[in-house]
Amino acid sequence: MGCASCHGQNGEGISTIRDGYEKGPSLVGVGAAAVDFRVETGRMPLAQPGSQAPRKQPTYSDEEVAAMAAYVASLAPGPAIPTEQDYSIEGLSDDEREEAIVRGGQIFLTNCTACHNFNGGGGAMPRGGYAPSLKGVESKHIYEALLTGPQAMPNFSNGNLSPEEKRDVIAYLRSIEDTPNYGGFGMGGLGPVSEGLFAWVLGIGGLVGFAVWIAAHTTRSTKQPIEEGAEA
Amino acid sequence: MTDSHDHTPAVVEEPIANPGLPAHTWRPTDLDEGAATRAERQVAGFFGLSMVCAVLFVVAYFTLEIGDNFDTFIGLGASTVAPGLALGGSLLFIGIGIIQWARKLMGDHEISELRHPAGSPAEDRDAAVSDIMQGIEESGIGRRPLVRNSLLGAMGMMGLPAIVLLRDLGPTNARVANAENGTGLQHTIWKKGMRVVRDVVGTPIKASELEIGDLVNAAPEAQFPTEANGYPEIEGVELQVLKAKGAIIVVKMEPEEIKPVEGRENWTVDGVICYSKICTHVGCPISLYERTTHHVLCPCHQSTFDLADGAKVIFGPAHRPLPQLPPAVDEEGYLIAQADFDEPIGASYWEREKQ
Repeated sequence: MGCASCHGQNGEGISTIRDGYEKGPSLVGVGAAAVDFRVETGRMPLAQPGSQAPRKQPTYSDEEVAAMAAYVASLAPGPAIPTEQDYSIEGLSDDEREEAIVRGGQIFLTNCTACHNFNGGGGAMPRGGYAPSLKGVESKHIYEALLTGPQAMPNFSNGNLSPEEKRDVIAYLRSIEDTPNYGGFGMGGLGPVSEGLFAWVLGIGGLVGFAVWIAAHTTRSTKQPIEEGAEA
Repeated sequence: MTDSHDHTPAVVEEPIANPGLPAHTWRPTDLDEGAATRAERQVAGFFGLSMVCAVLFVVAYFTLEIGDNFDTFIGLGASTVAPGLALGGSLLFIGIGIIQWARKLMGDHEISELRHPAGSPAEDRDAAVSDIMQGIEESGIGRRPLVRNSLLGAMGMMGLPAIVLLRDLGPTNARVANAENGTGLQHTIWKKGMRVVRDVVGTPIKASELEIGDLVNAAPEAQFPTEANGYPEIEGVELQVLKAKGAIIVVKMEPEEIKPVEGRENWTVDGVICYSKICTHVGCPISLYERTTHHVLCPCHQSTFDLADGAKVIFGPAHRPLPQLPPAVDEEGYLIAQADFDEPIGASYWEREKQ
């Protein structure tokens, strides 16, 4: 009911009259992982057409999502919903975990930072699109996004990044969240660009304002010296 | 200022009468000894605050907790905010004290200085010119052209050692260019049969395992030498150059979506297509790829290339499509290169069009 108006009653997708445009793409072969990601993060059902479906409060309960995912998975084989074993480094020794985080960081910096920023903060994309922030996103959803490539994002299927490599990327993202944050303002985590802008505009601007304020105030008064002898 | 020299003011006849200086206004500190004492105490107070801040810095530095259980101060990490505020305050209060001192206590009276002509007196100039003319006359430089010309020649030849030394600052492209080992601006390490591997991890890619919409940031296998693949160890500048020129992006799209460039009809493997990762504008590595549009965007200057259409430039300052690497599949099913790029990768350079 919630999906058929765009994706068709059998999940076959609905094309528009204009060639190459569609109201909703076919769901055949997208797999349970794609359904789980889009519905659990609230991206689907779509509230309104736009350049990109935003993350929002999910509409369906967990059982409903599971049922929809199972139905879509039955249409054609596709990526399954990953289990905790796939994306967690809980079972590893401390050394193995550290190794996973370091490797995950290198993979992240090579494959993901172009769009998602080197701290996972997200960034702008052409024509009103954006790469969303990865902060606070559930590990399962990151894994599913890698597997299925939501919207304009390319996918990182198992033939592209192995399951262990995906797990390591998630371990790296979790490790940046665990790093103690000594406060201050993130300013987008963009490093010298935003910090420099802040220092030049607000910092130096504030100093210029202070100097103007000093110069605009005089210490002189209307008092005149009292003539000698005038004192009583 | 009194006019003690014989320099006369630039304008003697003034078109309007000189109004003179406005009447002096007085500061309270000039008139009232009590106000002056108060100002003195204020200045000393600011310097004292500066000392307090310096001490606070040291205290904050040594007492505040860092690590997992760090102290907070107005919601921020105290170990950075408190020393920062203390050090800033220490400097600021010295500044405020000095300004207060200058404005309230230092001498306060108007002065005026008249402008004088900047040139030297005529007799000084005449003396200087006659000294120079005498020098020219005595050296005989005008009468003896042989001396003058041989001096000019000697000074010109002094440039030769500089040119010889500058020439050796770096090898010219023509001297290092070698297609066999992939050196020079027009060649890369890619060659027939070299495997395409994942960047950073260095594992080979099975073409059949890639799915529609995949983007692989890939590298030449020679970048990851092992005993098994037999590539020579490489390090330092050579490794950086190899990486900078060899990086590619591999994408897989529906085969019918690809518009093959003339003469490159067999440059794809079942929808897998490879392009240089180095932008043809000024050489930034690019991988902002949108699977829906097949566009890849350069983050530096927004050049956009359509990977489904021979990486044609569709937006931005880039002038040429991304160079395309022809892929193939070896007997084990892994992606390999058919050959090196057929044109230089990356930004333009002087001799590029002459190749």
